[in-house]
Amino acid sequence: MSEAYPADSVGLVQPFKVLIRHPLALDCGRTLPQHELMVETYGQLNAAHSNAILICHALSGDHHVAGYHEGAKKPGWWDNCVGPGKPIDTNRFFVVALNNLGGCRGSTGPNTINPETGKPWGPDFPLVTARDWVRSQALLADELGIQSWAAIIGGSLGGMQVMQWTLEFPERVRHACVIAAAPKISAQNIAFNEIARQAILSDPEFHGGHFYEQGVVPARGLKLARMLGHITYLSDEAMRAKFGRELKTAVPSYNFDVEFEVESYLRYQGQSFVDRFDANTYLIMTKALDYFDPAREYGNDLAAAFRRASARFLVVAFSSDWRFSPQRSREIVKALVDAGRDVSYALIDSQLGHDDFLMPIPQYHRVLRGYLARVAQETA
Amino acid sequence: MTTALRPDLALICDWIKPGSRILDLGCGDGELLAHLARTHQVTGYGLEIDPEKVASCVEQGINVIQADLDEGLKGFESQSFDYVVMTQALQALQRPDLAIEEILRVGRFGIVTFPNFGHWRVRMGLAQGHMPVTPTLNERWYDTPNIHLCSVDDFERLCEDIGWRILDRRMLNRSHREGWRIRLRPNLFGEVAMYLLQDKEPAPDR
Repeated sequence: MSEAYPADSVGLVQPFKVLIRHPLALDCGRTLPQHELMVETYGQLNAAHSNAILICHALSGDHHVAGYHEGAKKPGWWDNCVGPGKPIDTNRFFVVALNNLGGCRGSTGPNTINPETGKPWGPDFPLVTARDWVRSQALLADELGIQSWAAIIGGSLGGMQVMQWTLEFPERVRHACVIAAAPKISAQNIAFNEIARQAILSDPEFHGGHFYEQGVVPARGLKLARMLGHITYLSDEAMRAKFGRELKTAVPSYNFDVEFEVESYLRYQGQSFVDRFDANTYLIMTKALDYFDPAREYGNDLAAAFRRASARFLVVAFSSDWRFSPQRSREIVKALVDAGRDVSYALIDSQLGHDDFLMPIPQYHRVLRGYLARVAQETA
Repeated sequence: MTTALRPDLALICDWIKPGSRILDLGCGDGELLAHLARTHQVTGYGLEIDPEKVASCVEQGINVIQADLDEGLKGFESQSFDYVVMTQALQALQRPDLAIEEILRVGRFGIVTFPNFGHWRVRMGLAQGHMPVTPTLNERWYDTPNIHLCSVDDFERLCEDIGWRILDRRMLNRSHREGWRIRLRPNLFGEVAMYLLQDKEPAPDR
């Protein structure tokens, strides 16, 4: 390939696998003797190993955050924010991204082979939590020689891992950027997740999670789950602006084929998700989201939890996000203030909804850039 | 940043004990907090609604929380700060009285500054039959954010009626200085009023 990449892109990138030989005791009580993580890194680790940033991914994200894989036309999922001169500046930072344990993009997960049985893990893969991920990420940090992260950054479920990091390994996180997150998800959010799971579980081709052996994929269930998800990631306003009530044809055809633009969009999103995602992983990810509640161990007092933390925090929310509303971010901020932690909070005026945390909104990127420029000064 | 601190902010610093925990309402670019952190080792947060200024605070490493003061201080525990400061914002709020109540709930001390509507220039304007436009109040009636202007006498009457205690008062002219005229007739010659307040039932010292 001799394609020219944009100047502010990290360019051609190649993921690699890291074998974690250390046993990992999971919250569910089971232990993984070892596991593999699919990882990508950008930029250079400095001599003091002090300029490392970890990016935690959300529900359907993975290790491919920035740059281009060989032959790919589309860059990683947060390419607009990570690269030379971008808010997460790879000229200054060594950026690490991974596919979380239980994922389906190369890390040990339900679609990989269980060494004990020689078959895919499938439904036997343990239900992992945000804390399990953080512990696994800490083992990865050990492998990479990173004693403490200059910053850990994540949006949505990724933001929850960031918070968990500050509680689990306070001495290993200097700055925590918690974006479009919540201290725990609401009953409404759990309800959405439950419908998504039921869509998958009730697909006849799910086969109790053993669909790999049957040579099929529970495509209908996974597609429905994703369609539902997409509704919650967009604001009513954004849907109206994007699709209105436009019919694809001039007159209604009075059947259940795709007629409205929004139907076409959802079906497309659902289908393309089936091609790249695993149904068992989707179940695991939604469960991790449901379980997340770091205050529970501290008498349901989030401020008491954050008294453990020593990181400085940046919390960012988006005005049109109703899935993880600004109100939920303010709960995080309140707990941090009550705990006497350093925190800044920016409410970004936005239109799209929850998905806005992936968009290059100027004010959002300005705040993130400004915050990280300070972090870079400290690490230089 | 080595520019001299605005004189009214410098006066506020005199009131603040080193090492205090401070909430600065309408903190702007965070000038006061940055200064107090350097000179008085204070910790704290600024509240600011303007996205530009929020970004500017973040760029300077100042703790800033983007918030609308008219929504009150619901997210802050009672008596959780040593000082809650509000400079030159009182007159732009929906309910200044409720704002002060909140300031004194959250802070052990409140520091409030506002333009004095009893100043002679203001009175001159009104005497001529016009809403005054003065160097301190330089917007016109239709584009000013100031919706609840008051004089020093009005303010002190409110404090008296409710029982808030005025621990100290400083009056400045528009170049932020105190003169003999101001000391003699503060409501006539003071352009900027500054108060150190405490609630009617002070919380016991921690």
